[in-house]
Amino acid sequence: MATIAPSDATEAVVTSPGKRPPRRKYAQRMYPRWFLLPGAVIFFVLFIAPTFASFYYAFTRWTLFDVEFIGFDNFVTFFTDPQLSKGFTNTLIFGTLTSGLKVVLGLLIGVLLTSEIWARGYLRAVVFFPVLVSTVGVGITFQALMDPYDGLINRALAVVGIDGPGWLTNPDLALYSIIIVDVWRGVGLAALIYMAGLVAIPQEYYEAAKVDGAGAWHRFRNITLPLVRPATTTVIILSLIGGLREFQLIWVMTGGGPGFASDVLASVIYKQYAYGFYGLSTAGNVVLFVVVSAVILPLFWWLNRKQTDL
Amino acid sequence: MNRTVSRHVYGATAVLVSAIIFLVPFAFILVQSFKTGPDSASLSFTWPIDFVFWENVVTVFQTRDYMLITAFINSTILTVLSVSIMVVLAAMIGWVLARRPSRWNPIFTFFILAGLIVPPAIVPTAWIMQSLGIFNTLGGLALVEVAYGMSFCVLLFRAFVSNIPRELDEAATIDGAGPIRLFFQVGFPLLKSVIVTAIVVQSVTVFNDFANPLYFLPGEENATVQLTLFNFQSQFQTTWNLLFTDILLITIPPLLMYIFFNRQIVAGMTSGAIKG
Repeated sequence: MATIAPSDATEAVVTSPGKRPPRRKYAQRMYPRWFLLPGAVIFFVLFIAPTFASFYYAFTRWTLFDVEFIGFDNFVTFFTDPQLSKGFTNTLIFGTLTSGLKVVLGLLIGVLLTSEIWARGYLRAVVFFPVLVSTVGVGITFQALMDPYDGLINRALAVVGIDGPGWLTNPDLALYSIIIVDVWRGVGLAALIYMAGLVAIPQEYYEAAKVDGAGAWHRFRNITLPLVRPATTTVIILSLIGGLREFQLIWVMTGGGPGFASDVLASVIYKQYAYGFYGLSTAGNVVLFVVVSAVILPLFWWLNRKQTDL
Repeated sequence: MNRTVSRHVYGATAVLVSAIIFLVPFAFILVQSFKTGPDSASLSFTWPIDFVFWENVVTVFQTRDYMLITAFINSTILTVLSVSIMVVLAAMIGWVLARRPSRWNPIFTFFILAGLIVPPAIVPTAWIMQSLGIFNTLGGLALVEVAYGMSFCVLLFRAFVSNIPRELDEAATIDGAGPIRLFFQVGFPLLKSVIVTAIVVQSVTVFNDFANPLYFLPGEENATVQLTLFNFQSQFQTTWNLLFTDILLITIPPLLMYIFFNRQIVAGMTSGAIKG
């Protein structure tokens, strides 16, 4: 690396330093662009093209055979019909709360499981295990556990004299009950990401801080928290994307009910699809697209900017 | 002395809390699957009166003309097909993107991130699949899963490839390898650990997927394992013992994958995309 040939000076912009000039030709020959083609074709045909098409079909009344352009009518329906607009606010609540809880609990569990704690292997396995069980399986299981009369949760509460609520049957509670289950299911992954980030922090920092007399809280606050930031970014972004788009758990546990109390955009999209209102369903997709982009993109930019500041 | 005591207290508390929060639900599934129908109907967390696990397994398999077996075959085909296509194509993309500097790279990155962030547009996708004649076919659904999982895999591979020294490629070129041999004989084997991660993560995702089969593969003859759960649940009555037995049975494949590849998953995650 130390002996850079003079001819490299112009080439160094596009290649790594210290290599011979014909580098670029070599790259073109040995890493041909057609390698991208097969994957790109599938991706464009089944993902990008439908996304673009949705911007048109969202403005239509659509039966798959017949397309009628109706302007903003679908969107008006979406935001004026209280049943549909409920899905909009619920999506935001679901996304923010699940993501926030996964960050806090994931970090706590991550710190716990990277410390010298008893039965670490067991704890790691048990926290991660729900990630493997299918969402449908988890949903059904918690449906049984959250049953207002026979469910294990309310029976346990009854033992200590608390009259447990109808977790999934009370319209004010249903969405929050599903949020708890989603956090239960996903916190293992968040903890895993945090564990990867925590292990990468050099131990010397902690030792130096200890020598300087910093207590456990100070070490956490001033070393762990800033240095585990990339992991936090990952957890926030991943869980927000997942949370805003969540469909499976909600569909299995309540079907959006009782009434429309726990409907989110994704379940509204499915319902309209199942009823055959394809234009309206696609408008829902566009709304979801806008919501996800409007939340994720600024956040992504902001989190990454803060990161480089450090 | 004081410190070791408090460490044990922390540990014991953690074990206890985790057992209540995480183990009880699984113990519950297990216990219900041992029970007879009437016994499980009360949903109580009690020891089974009659131990009929094996009978439950047989009944679950026999329900609706052995639908679970068909579903297992369908899910296996779907998972193997989509994950193998996804991994090979994404590895090729990640390989070229990491190795070949280009002014197009920001655009590729944009599309990759879009693939992670943008929610798929359901009806237009179904419509395109219909015009291609692949709607309601296993192959079609597999291609959809490939499209949806591609971004994650490309990110994973691209990050990993940039850690492999280029000197290896150059040595292979000097030995006369062309681009295809270079990738499949040199690159692909070097990517092994991250390939395992991608395979495990995506297999579990595809195998456990319920929304996309619901949308793009309707109909009973095409059921995947997740949809068999609805056989035991109706508006009026749920046969809980069979339902929980079914949950147990369809959790076995992802569980086996996890047990076998536990270490590699974490290693692959830390070396790949999860760096942030």
